[in-house]
Amino acid sequence: MSFYGVELTSRLLLGTARYPSPAVLAEAIEASKTEVVTVSLRRESGSEGAGQSFWSLVRALGVRVLPNTAGCYSVKEAVTTAHMARELFDTTWIKLEVIGEPDTLQPDVFGLVEAARILSEDGFEVFPYTTEDLVVADRLVEAGCRVLMPWGAPIGSARGLNNVYGLKSLRAHFPNIPLVVDAGLGVPSHAAAAMEMGYDAVLLNTAIAEAGDPVAMARAFALAIEAGRTAYLAQPLEPRDMAAPSTPVIGKAALGD
Amino acid sequence: MRIFLNDEVRDTDAGTLAAALDAMGFGGRKIATAVNGRFVAAPARPGTKLADGDRVEVVAPMQGG
Repeated sequence: MSFYGVELTSRLLLGTARYPSPAVLAEAIEASKTEVVTVSLRRESGSEGAGQSFWSLVRALGVRVLPNTAGCYSVKEAVTTAHMARELFDTTWIKLEVIGEPDTLQPDVFGLVEAARILSEDGFEVFPYTTEDLVVADRLVEAGCRVLMPWGAPIGSARGLNNVYGLKSLRAHFPNIPLVVDAGLGVPSHAAAAMEMGYDAVLLNTAIAEAGDPVAMARAFALAIEAGRTAYLAQPLEPRDMAAPSTPVIGKAALGD
Repeated sequence: MRIFLNDEVRDTDAGTLAAALDAMGFGGRKIATAVNGRFVAAPARPGTKLADGDRVEVVAPMQGG
């Protein structure tokens, strides 16, 4: 799998927020075997320097970072944040979030397409956090995106794949664009389901960070994602309405009256 | 001169963004900056003059999803 020409082995992208401690975060990253973690930027005070110790921790783990524009509600905010992130993290990758509604954290897809175009033209490699809307996805690709990240469900909701049909349509429509289910997953079976339908990867945070044992859950998700991907390549059966006996009927002994 | 640093009022005599950041303890830190909503790249900080009422944003790496 590759994102913008970068080859990756792990199909799990992991968020770094909401862990009980930096040590647990580091252990969870290792247990997940992820190669890409999402990071953000927030105001820094001159005296505290909390951001500096977080950055040292991430650098020590040797993983690639995907900065986000979380919390941005306008194109201008998102674009400015992306520029700050590019300088701060020394990467052209940006997980572009333009939020449209505070209760569901649903993307503002109109602002998203506009910001994606501005950033792509400026040399960014954009990972847009979007809905499963096919036409929006087309517009994002036209704007220069070479990865799409539709939501499974609202961020942090643990609801899983809310619109399986929509996600399947997106997969069928974009066979050659890497697709990542981003947000809303709760348990490893949700991730496995996404992978079984041919998604290239899964991006998670809360489901692991807020589990009772984040390190064990990171391992569980990694296993599920690998299982789901293997199943997809093995070409799963299509569901059918009626039974189909698995045991051959031919040659059955005639024992009735 | 009075500026706003991450929304907090600060008095400073620093003429440039770079000088203000040094005076406020950000020297050598891994940060990114904006003035009045516009990104100011690190190499441009010494040449960015500050004026009374300017809004300076200083951000650093943080956990994110």
